[in-house]
Amino acid sequence: MRNSTKTRVKLLMNEMTSSPHPFGATRQRQDAQPEPVSAPALRAEVRNLDFWYGATHTLKSVSMAVVDCKVTAVIGASGCGKSTLLRCFNRMHDLYPGNRYAGEIQLYPEDRNLIEMDPGMVRLRIGMVFQKPNPFPKSIFENVAAGLRVRGVNGKSLLYERVEQALRGAALWDEAKDRLHDSAYGLSGGQQQRLCIARALAPQPDILLLDEPTSALDPIATAKIEDLLTVLRNTVTVVIVTHNMQQAARISDFTAYMHLGKLVEYGVTEKVFTTPQSPLTNDYITGRFG
Amino acid sequence: MANSSLANAQIESARIVAANRRTDLLMASIGILVLGIATLLLTSVFVGLLASGWDRLINPDFYTHFPSRHPQQAGIISAIVGSSLVMLVTAVIAIPLGVAAGLYLEEYAPKNWLTDLIEINVSNLAGVPSIIYGLLALGLFVYAFSLGETILTAGLTLALLILPVIIVATREAVRSIPLELREAAYGLGADKWQVVRMYVLPAARPGIFTGVIVGLARAIGEAAPLITIGALTFIAFLPPLPVQATPPFVNFDWLTSPFTVMPIQLFNWVSRPQAEFHVNAAATGVVLMVMTLAMNALAIYVRLRLRRLHR
Repeated sequence: MRNSTKTRVKLLMNEMTSSPHPFGATRQRQDAQPEPVSAPALRAEVRNLDFWYGATHTLKSVSMAVVDCKVTAVIGASGCGKSTLLRCFNRMHDLYPGNRYAGEIQLYPEDRNLIEMDPGMVRLRIGMVFQKPNPFPKSIFENVAAGLRVRGVNGKSLLYERVEQALRGAALWDEAKDRLHDSAYGLSGGQQQRLCIARALAPQPDILLLDEPTSALDPIATAKIEDLLTVLRNTVTVVIVTHNMQQAARISDFTAYMHLGKLVEYGVTEKVFTTPQSPLTNDYITGRFG
Repeated sequence: MANSSLANAQIESARIVAANRRTDLLMASIGILVLGIATLLLTSVFVGLLASGWDRLINPDFYTHFPSRHPQQAGIISAIVGSSLVMLVTAVIAIPLGVAAGLYLEEYAPKNWLTDLIEINVSNLAGVPSIIYGLLALGLFVYAFSLGETILTAGLTLALLILPVIIVATREAVRSIPLELREAAYGLGADKWQVVRMYVLPAARPGIFTGVIVGLARAIGEAAPLITIGALTFIAFLPPLPVQATPPFVNFDWLTSPFTVMPIQLFNWVSRPQAEFHVNAAATGVVLMVMTLAMNALAIYVRLRLRRLHR
């Protein structure tokens, strides 16, 4: 089981590295080297991040790490600020007036604070999948190609290559390959969400953000997305917000627990779930709260 | 005891259901009655016009002759050409301006009191009587800009008249696009113009198109503002052709040509004492209504087609 997953990852890896990155950036994949022994490489690091919706202080001095090519889950009760934190990563809050950040989210390897970057630049590098599947009212092909078109990629053969690669990456190719030019609205909810994942993957983002991606889906569709995330792990850096603790335990390498805008606990998923340091985390994961 | 209270509850709910049914029936009857009156009025106007104008409507000369002192020889060719050219100018000016203004107000303008003020004014302008636009055009286009009583002036005047309609329709259409769609586009790294061009405009197209047709349908029936700017009622010639045999092959002389339009022709004939001219007026009325209905039909067709493409 583990082995077969690994070979799938390798296959996926080969596909993904065979095509050029849209910005020519070369990326270090951990799988290309022997298993890392030293401290894992960071893709991003949140340092003392505060956030306000108007006068409401929703994130209070949050600090956490996002490890390269690992799945980081953010859990917590409704209204704890986990989605707010996620939306800071690609500056979604900048679309609406009255929002304010303070602090840093450092992006690695270049060590730049994305809070001070141009929001458009940030979103070109950090992809997002939303709570409700939100495909564009266009064909399946055009949905996946959308991110590439935004980046000025218009060559037909290159688009086809990248769309196929992204659909395979999102485990949707077999279901979609014969209807690439049909409307995306003809897909089921779970397929639409995988399409949104393919759309976010196509431009090969540095980090993939998932905001409760399975909360609108039935258990079978949810299982498929979780399988997909398990495959993506080790090739893409993922940050996922979920209210489903079992899901976090199943698919993530690192877990952050948030409570009332504060980050209470952060660590390796297994440890957070078996030996939580904070009594708040313990209450939450044992179901006494939330 | 328990049984009787259960029976009471059943009787009570039966009573509520029966009352609701009666209300539904009442509302449906009122609705059908009102709808019937409205449809009947409209149909009787149309059928009335059709009956009185029938003799002229079936005569091909009516569509190819110029106006004349003799009712039997009078036709509407100059009015048809005039209306078409004026509508062309109106559309060319009002559509890009209106859509751009609506997009700016909804997508780009900062949300402050100035934008609110502009918004209120634009909505109010849609309700200003058309003759006021005629007065404005007389002072501005005819006298200040010395454009004269031409097709260009008429087109500009009607463009002003329908601009608010198009702006409001564009804003509504843009506003109705779901937030998720925008966030999805922004999330891919699209900048504002890309979001507008690739996602907002295509999705808003059916709504914008409806507004455009409603505006143009209003403009084609307007007589008052055009009489105010000095449109003629008796035009026995056509504007110069827009194409010519010698380079540069196109000319815009027709823009500065005098003109008449269908509603003015209709008004002129209906105010004549001779009954024969009233027949002409009725026939013109039918042609005008058919033109308006055809525009609306086109709007519905295009909207359905765009919607199908979009789903």
